Amino acid sequence: MKRYIIKRLLMLIPVLLGASILVFSLIHLAPGDPARTIAGEHASAQTIEKVRIKYGLDKPLVTQYWIWLKQALRGDFGRSIVSNEYVSKEILSRFPNTVELTLFSMFIAIVVGVLAGIISASRQYSLLDYGFMGIALFGVSMPVFWLGIMLMMIFGVFLRWLPISGRIDIMIPFTKITGLYLLDSIITGNWEAFISSLRHLILPSLALGTIPMATIARITRSSMLEVLKQDFIRTERAKGLSERTVIYKHAVRNALIPVVTVIGLNFGLLLSGAILTETVFSWPGVGRYVVKAVQMRDYPAVQGCVLFFAFIFVVVNLITDIIYVYIDPRIKYQ
Amino acid sequence: MEQETTTYKESTGRELLRRFKYNKSAVFGLIIILFMVFCAITADFIAPNDPYPSPPLLANKLKPGFWSDKGAPGMPLGSDGLGRCVLSRIIYGARVSLTAGFVAVAIAMFLGITLGVLSGYFGGWIDTIIMRIVDIMFAFPALLLAIVIVAVAGQGLEKAMIAIGIVYSPQMARIIRSSVLYIKEMEYIEVQKAIGSSHWRIIFRHILPNSVAPVIVYGTLMLASAILDCAALGFLGLGAQPPIPEWGAMLADSYSFIVSGAWWAATFPGIAILLSVLGLNLLGDGLRDILDPRLKQ
Repeated sequence: MKRYIIKRLLMLIPVLLGASILVFSLIHLAPGDPARTIAGEHASAQTIEKVRIKYGLDKPLVTQYWIWLKQALRGDFGRSIVSNEYVSKEILSRFPNTVELTLFSMFIAIVVGVLAGIISASRQYSLLDYGFMGIALFGVSMPVFWLGIMLMMIFGVFLRWLPISGRIDIMIPFTKITGLYLLDSIITGNWEAFISSLRHLILPSLALGTIPMATIARITRSSMLEVLKQDFIRTERAKGLSERTVIYKHAVRNALIPVVTVIGLNFGLLLSGAILTETVFSWPGVGRYVVKAVQMRDYPAVQGCVLFFAFIFVVVNLITDIIYVYIDPRIKYQ
Repeated sequence: MEQETTTYKESTGRELLRRFKYNKSAVFGLIIILFMVFCAITADFIAPNDPYPSPPLLANKLKPGFWSDKGAPGMPLGSDGLGRCVLSRIIYGARVSLTAGFVAVAIAMFLGITLGVLSGYFGGWIDTIIMRIVDIMFAFPALLLAIVIVAVAGQGLEKAMIAIGIVYSPQMARIIRSSVLYIKEMEYIEVQKAIGSSHWRIIFRHILPNSVAPVIVYGTLMLASAILDCAALGFLGLGAQPPIPEWGAMLADSYSFIVSGAWWAATFPGIAILLSVLGLNLLGDGLRDILDPRLKQ
């Protein structure tokens, strides 16, 4: 196990190096002179020269990459062209918002998805089963940005139950500690802030969580059906254990193994989805930041965000693989 | 001998068709897709209005559709923020979105099949290099990588299609590679090698035709995601640019109006995306069950 983890960790190095080369090449692949791109279209020749020297763009490419990589490893992606702030600082200040959104979405997706899957499987071909699986089928085909708009329209505009944008009611005093609003308001015992940030969190998380929820429900169902066919389940029923014990104590445990992988794989989708959801709900996260950076051609910001996302993505995938091997001893790891 | 082969072929064809007919979801998916394709082809005849009226009919701005008496005449699904007929734009949008999806998947297939065959058939260092590149591309969430390519190449529908095609190619490459690795070990390939067939003959006459099933199945499912991602790029303002009636861009244009109660302009283009993606997913899942039971989860 230890050797497997170490091997997988070592395999990350070439992948991340490759990703960094790709991200570094961004600004050089873009049409035109990178110095001019950074300085802006209407910059004078002098300004462009200044930028060229300031960003080291006059040096050979390999040297440039080496300098850039050394800085990136220290978490320094340079300054944003738009705000002139350090990109890393801008990313880190927004990251907790993205974390809170994705984790809460995943939480909803897992709870609802797993439950729906179990119920569907234990009552195969019932009306409930058809209902859940019908909804799940629509769920996996749902454009997340459109779902976000629809939720916003129904619950925010027409029914006025929930707020449609932002993190928290600005009138409520709030102290930031970790940047995760729910956690911070619990730590400070600020229940008003807790309720307000929860209300702001619900619609975006529902929008973002629906696709993984649907996928998880479908996988849980098929995996449960597979397990319920096995001999040990028949033995347990023959022993006279109650259906509830058979399903919730014995079948579920075995059925959840593939679900864990699906959850891990869905984190990638969730990161992509966060880009869209954050844009719809004006959620101040890294996803919305990267879209704005691309629109403004803020290359240092784009580079920083993309490398950051890739790092998170790769690490989450690694953790999924490790958990998978850990919980399923039938998988051999070489 | 000759006769036997033909009957065999015919009966497999018939068998597949029979299995298809009994697969309700595949048939349903196919009906949805045929309907969308029909709209795309006949848009010029079936769309009630011009999707690009010029000058824009601002007097008709954000009028509701058939459900209200205050609706704009001749616009069953209402009008958008520039007074354009939502239904007509959705019908023309089918043309834009389906074409974009097809082109993206065609690019992904061309790149993916080439890389997958090279890597699976020849193995060795070619395989290592290609698979390392594929690993690196898999280190990015697909939509993010597409956004990055658009950031470099610039915004626009064509660039979005190319970006999505490139982003999907590693997936196709892996599928083809594993299919090639499996076929390569079969006895009849051994025979071909023994009788001195060239690499290219073996690849084009024997390996590729036998990889058709996964290509069709994953191509269909990929088309669903391609349409979705193209719409997503359009929605972010990085794909199709106005006034092109692309479904994602239409959503981006009109979702700010929901606050004033004009829900239709943002609702219907999304339903069009949902239906196309749903249809392709149903069809793809059905084809998987029919063509290759081994792939069934």
